[in-house]
Amino acid sequence: MSDQESAYSAAGEVAQKRVRRSAFERAWIALKKAPFSAWFGLIVIICYAIVAIFAPLLSPYGEAQVFAKADAPWAMFGGLPEHVFGTDQIGRDILSRLIYGARNTIGIAILTTLLSFAIGGSLGLVAAINRSWLDQLLSRAVDVLMSIPSLIFALMLLSIFGSSISSLIIIIAVLDSTRVFRLTRSVAANVVVMDYVEAARLRGEGLGWVMRREILPNIMPPLVAEFGLRFSFVFLTIASLSFLGLGIQPPTADWGSMVRDGSRFIQFVAYDWTLALPSLLPAGAVALLTVAVNFMVDWFLHMTSGLRDEH
Amino acid sequence: MHPVLTTVLQRLGLGFITLFFVSIIIFSSIALLPGDFGEQVLGQTALPETVEAFRRELGLDKPAWVRYFEWVAGVLQGDLGTSFSGRADSNSDRSRAVVELIGPRLWNTLFLASVTALIAVPLSLFLGVTAALKRNSFYDRSVNAVTLTTISFPEFFLAYGLIVLLAGTFPTLSNVTADMPLGERLYKIALPALTMTLVIVAHMMRMTRAAIINLLASPYIEMAQLKGVSRSRVILKHALPNAWAPIATVIAFNLAYLVVGVVVVEVVFVYPGIGQLMVDSVSSRDIPVAQACALIFAATYILLNLIADIIGIVTNPRLLHPR
Repeated sequence: MSDQESAYSAAGEVAQKRVRRSAFERAWIALKKAPFSAWFGLIVIICYAIVAIFAPLLSPYGEAQVFAKADAPWAMFGGLPEHVFGTDQIGRDILSRLIYGARNTIGIAILTTLLSFAIGGSLGLVAAINRSWLDQLLSRAVDVLMSIPSLIFALMLLSIFGSSISSLIIIIAVLDSTRVFRLTRSVAANVVVMDYVEAARLRGEGLGWVMRREILPNIMPPLVAEFGLRFSFVFLTIASLSFLGLGIQPPTADWGSMVRDGSRFIQFVAYDWTLALPSLLPAGAVALLTVAVNFMVDWFLHMTSGLRDEH
Repeated sequence: MHPVLTTVLQRLGLGFITLFFVSIIIFSSIALLPGDFGEQVLGQTALPETVEAFRRELGLDKPAWVRYFEWVAGVLQGDLGTSFSGRADSNSDRSRAVVELIGPRLWNTLFLASVTALIAVPLSLFLGVTAALKRNSFYDRSVNAVTLTTISFPEFFLAYGLIVLLAGTFPTLSNVTADMPLGERLYKIALPALTMTLVIVAHMMRMTRAAIINLLASPYIEMAQLKGVSRSRVILKHALPNAWAPIATVIAFNLAYLVVGVVVVEVVFVYPGIGQLMVDSVSSRDIPVAQACALIFAATYILLNLIADIIGIVTNPRLLHPR
């Protein structure tokens, strides 16, 4: 991975004087070579992050603030000028809810992905190092869990535990951690057999040290790419569940349930296409973010694996 | 015994073991319910005796393993239990058997899935193979870019996008009934079928393309080309026998994916299928129905993956002609 640190040489020690580039400079150099799609992805992700972080400052009204006149169309199609995208069925400003929805939907998705990486990653590392009955047990359990489609499994578990945000996060994180487990275990299995890991174990380092200091830094790139992919998958699952009415519950604003709420007039779209906008807008917000994340991941994988389509 | 047979039998055994564990997981979901759900299902006015009778009907007075075997025996005989809904009134029991609820809807879902598969499979195989053969051409690049974008879209976005574009031509509500003629039925499901086609064509085309490219890079293909075999003969005689396994995997994987995608699409278009039934049963916490739907979905998923693996084993030239 890093060829400048692999072997010791006297010339190398002399050359130590050269200024090492900071992480920011290296990222900038990599970015300058990035294709258009990666730039597009990066800019979109930054915009979403800004909207999500500064939601209370950016949104004109409160998340669940109700106005007297309900169901006004867009301002440019003859609605009230103070509600740019109109209001929903009980008179909440759609633009404000879209902005707060960014915060809620993305926040929950990130939290879920982090939790699933904490579970799947640590168990995968333990399984790769341990290689005993524990590895067998975990791997077979993951095989069984993965043989049920995760949306179906999530639906079934939600029917038991009920739809609250905490049960949503835990259920999806556990189901998704099976994929993280598989990847971590298979990548770490190649690193565990290295001499330096054996050296660390022989000098008496504990399991935690070997996991964190010896193996984790060497399997980071595939895990980072996987984080992006898993994030977009989790994000889509949460949006789908909310769309089905089983995810994030009102009055919390979130894009999936906004799509659902907006679809009341969908039969009449043939006569007036603007009626589809209340559901198309949040659905588009979901779609744009997943496309952006996929573009970034694509570029990152391409860059770190050093793979190039030669022909 | 022939090595192919042994491997197939092993894989079948593994599939049944998986199904066994999955059924245990689905079964134990009912044991995880909170203790007072009898009152929840039967309503506030239910007498303690009624609740007790309900608990006995579910077999909660017996040990778990006895209940499990009774449940499995019931499922194998086509008895999936009785729905929870319609019981809130303690005087009359208007609940229906789960099989009665699922039967017609399962048929609807299978109809939608097979129509989608009939369009999507040939289309994506064609696109994938041609894109792989004309690699890095303008055609390949544009097909790739379009499919990468549609892969990242959620199903409901594609569905509403199609509604906006095609609402004038096709109905946006797919309310099919049992006695509808085939032509009208097809017309009604045009939009949901198209949505799912878009989703799985993208997946299937990309996987087919990758499999073919992988295959064309192998040394024996290069050897065949170098010794002057014609292009069609290279593909038909040398590449295709080895391509069956990856292509079968791709098809089965995506049909299994249909099983999941169908839930959201059915809800968007209000299609009376099993996915919508599952969503309804989950939101009303009607556990027997949710259990039955989950079992059907999981079994289909496992079965399709099993078929793909077996096709892969049976068509593997290395196993067919052992040394």
